[in-house]
Amino acid sequence: MQRTNVATPDYYHRVVDCQWACPAHTDVPEYIRLIAQGRFDDAYMLNRKSNVFPGILGRVCDRPCEPACRRTRVDGKAVAICRLKRVAADNKEDIRDRLPAIPMEKNGKKVALIGAGPASLTVANDLMPLGYQVTIFEKGPRAGGLMRINIPAFRLPEEVLDEEIGYIVDMGVDLRCNTPVESLKALLDSEEYDAVFVGSGAPKGKELVLPGRYDSDQIFIGIEWLENIHFGHIDSVGKNVVIIGVGNTAMDCCRSAKRLGANDVKVVARKTRKYFKASPWELEDAEEEHVHIMENLSPVRFVVENGTLVGMEFEEFTSQEIDGKLVQEFKQNVTIPCDTVILAIGQENAFPWIEREIGLEFDKWDVPVVDKITYMSTREGVFFGGDAAFGPANIIWAVEHGHQAAISIHQYCMGKPITERPPQGQTLSSTKMGLHEWSYSNNYSAAARQKMVHIDLHQRFVDLSKEVELGFNAEQTWQEVQRCLNCDVQTHFTESACIECDACLDICPVDCLTITQDGEEEQVKARLKAPALNPNQGLFASGPLKQTGRIMVKDENLCLHCGLCAERCPTYAWDMRKFYLLNPHAGISFEGAEAAPAEVVAP
Amino acid sequence: MSYLTKPKPHHPSLKKNAVGLTRRDYEGGMSTLCAGCGHDSITAAIVQAFWELDIPPHTVGKLSGIGCSSKTPAYFLKEAHGFNSVHGRMPSIATGANAANPDLTLIGVSGDGDSLSIGFGQLSHAIRRNVNLLYLLENNGVYGLTKGQFSASADVGSTSKRGEANLMKPIDPVLIALTLGATFVARSFSGDKEQLVELIEAGLTHKGFAFIDIISPCVTFNDHEGSTKSYAYTRKHQVEVVQADFVPLRHEITTEYEPGAVKEVVMHDHSVLRLHKVDANYDPTDRDRAYAMVRERQEANEVATGLLYVSTGLPDMTEQNGVVPGPLHSLPFEQLCPGSEELEKLQARFR
Repeated sequence: MQRTNVATPDYYHRVVDCQWACPAHTDVPEYIRLIAQGRFDDAYMLNRKSNVFPGILGRVCDRPCEPACRRTRVDGKAVAICRLKRVAADNKEDIRDRLPAIPMEKNGKKVALIGAGPASLTVANDLMPLGYQVTIFEKGPRAGGLMRINIPAFRLPEEVLDEEIGYIVDMGVDLRCNTPVESLKALLDSEEYDAVFVGSGAPKGKELVLPGRYDSDQIFIGIEWLENIHFGHIDSVGKNVVIIGVGNTAMDCCRSAKRLGANDVKVVARKTRKYFKASPWELEDAEEEHVHIMENLSPVRFVVENGTLVGMEFEEFTSQEIDGKLVQEFKQNVTIPCDTVILAIGQENAFPWIEREIGLEFDKWDVPVVDKITYMSTREGVFFGGDAAFGPANIIWAVEHGHQAAISIHQYCMGKPITERPPQGQTLSSTKMGLHEWSYSNNYSAAARQKMVHIDLHQRFVDLSKEVELGFNAEQTWQEVQRCLNCDVQTHFTESACIECDACLDICPVDCLTITQDGEEEQVKARLKAPALNPNQGLFASGPLKQTGRIMVKDENLCLHCGLCAERCPTYAWDMRKFYLLNPHAGISFEGAEAAPAEVVAP
Repeated sequence: MSYLTKPKPHHPSLKKNAVGLTRRDYEGGMSTLCAGCGHDSITAAIVQAFWELDIPPHTVGKLSGIGCSSKTPAYFLKEAHGFNSVHGRMPSIATGANAANPDLTLIGVSGDGDSLSIGFGQLSHAIRRNVNLLYLLENNGVYGLTKGQFSASADVGSTSKRGEANLMKPIDPVLIALTLGATFVARSFSGDKEQLVELIEAGLTHKGFAFIDIISPCVTFNDHEGSTKSYAYTRKHQVEVVQADFVPLRHEITTEYEPGAVKEVVMHDHSVLRLHKVDANYDPTDRDRAYAMVRERQEANEVATGLLYVSTGLPDMTEQNGVVPGPLHSLPFEQLCPGSEELEKLQARFR
């Protein structure tokens, strides 16, 4: 078998499932340990370095980290990573003196950012400390983009948004609200800016043109409707509301409808629950508020009588799974009585303000062609990020786009090729403190995932902006931090020290270690002490061991990082080493990583 | 030693045996021995063997004396009965336990100090009586618990950690067992689990005294260059002369060997022991040949391992003595204690 190379960051990074799954590569286990130590400011700052908006994301992140969490494979429930992030944000003190210093003397480069959403704000956050003069053009009255106008305040309070956006704007960003860019050509022709970043989102809700669509004024487009609620243009809704679509916008719509006074709210989906786009926890939260979620219904027409919407007609299907595929058959037509319909079936980009003759190429779906690594369009100096780049995704992706675009903009403005990306690096440092003591808690906690406490149902509907989730209390936090398996503390193997005493194999609770004859990967796999069940997880293979020439193989899939292999190892062939990913941002590079001083990476 | 308990989660492929237990259910407390001790590896082999044989832990008695080896019964089969005896006296306790309850599966764990010095006489008589017991001698050549003095099994010329050479002749437990007429004699190595598990399974099934001498390196005091009981030395000098392939009752025989190379021994419960001989001239049921072969290998600086000698069908201690079948605790009181009249009749026979 190929000897595993652990000198490049990818092997160990992949072991840290949450960090690998996070688009911005947040160092999750490290910030959870900091929370465990009560170091909330440090935990917040570590988060902020990669995901910029810990308070916001600690409430509304799409959480790609949680389904990836190793704990899901060990006992079924992920660590409540997102909620812990909120704990750091809620409990921190004033961190403003720890924000990056902004040079008084500017570097003479000016950058225009279009749209004040998470992508643009991240670009500003990364470029301001480097001396750039950054201008954000925002069409609305306040910064925040979809985070502000589309996510209801009962999920994401205004104060949280204001605080975290304020950290960036207060760096000296020239934020021009109520200033939509009406012509990109004019902006470029002014030659005022060295680079332009488009982070204008995907602000257009998809239309559903069926008979009756334009015969009633009680049919709304989800994101526009939410926006109108945000601005106070809408403060009531009918009694019986049907929401079409079952993504996260639909969840925000149905819960908002409840708060505006609807009695009966139904969310109607074409497919079965397994295929819903909404996150499972958002579905649960909606159902807790007595929203009725219906499957197997495909809209046919809006039923409008005498100019009044009275119902929505659907084709009903039966569903079954055949060979892992959903097979649906028509059953009958049904009409659901209602007085309001809200369409939440997706969003699209819209660039009416970008001229088509300025050298900025659009593809056949009329979206700009954007490089997936550099985020530059076909027009030099114009970059895209967030939903504007590749269509609707989520906040954490927008943040990562912002980071990458900022790297490109910096390279571009400094006259360097934007394809030259600063590489990722790693540091590995032993956590050994004594004979069997480590600088992390290696004891496995069998505690169950802590349940988020919600305010009472009747309290929720009193005020549209009353936050539903209370956040973890001290006891819940204490339990939850211990559930983290510390996957970033790597089992690091030094083959020259191994005497093949089998101690590590015998003690491993999940049988992830094997010493066996070398051979083709498939042969070696067949000889493992327990089968390797997860192709997404690495199989570590050492070189030949000195006594017998066999090799040490480790299946990373279920490793609990309990460190017992290292505790049982008489020769320190196994050591528990903390892995730090050196993740470059604009102006922060880790070339020659092993020489990087500890304080650069340690919070 | 580790201070935390072994985490409960296990690999999803972990199977249950015929009595509904997983291998993890056969574990015991956390070992307090040095990291890398051969004894812990033997413990793991014991766990594996008991699990594979579907033995319910509560039908097992674990016995030991004093020493590093004798601590290990605490680390396997936490649901089993146990007795930690005075130094070297484990065979007496085992004999008593066997007489009181012949239904218990007995496993005694001892070391070279416990067996070949203070308990030498005890070991000899347990062999002589053919007590139905699996006796493991975890042999590391030193007194680890008292900081590494030579034990009676240390080879001439092997050195201590600080460099002094041993000048006294060793006692070879395998030769002793063969001399005294043990009915099952094997040697193995803690670093060769494949072989060891098969031998333990065969030994547990053997009716009578089953003796396995296991080279088990002491990582702290006897795993250095001058040692003849280190991991490196044993790996280099170990020669497997008979490979035991234990086929439990009801299991299909799957391994194929060339005819003539295999000798089959049927155990008292009708399970089959298939002995694959590396040397075709070797007969593991010939005691004199076994003795000579072990000596020859010794002269050649080799450590002969495998099931070296087995003899079935000899009466064990309970049969020789006409012990009441079944455990004494299940006898009705009237039978167990027949009264003073019966006692007087008995005493009259000796007047």
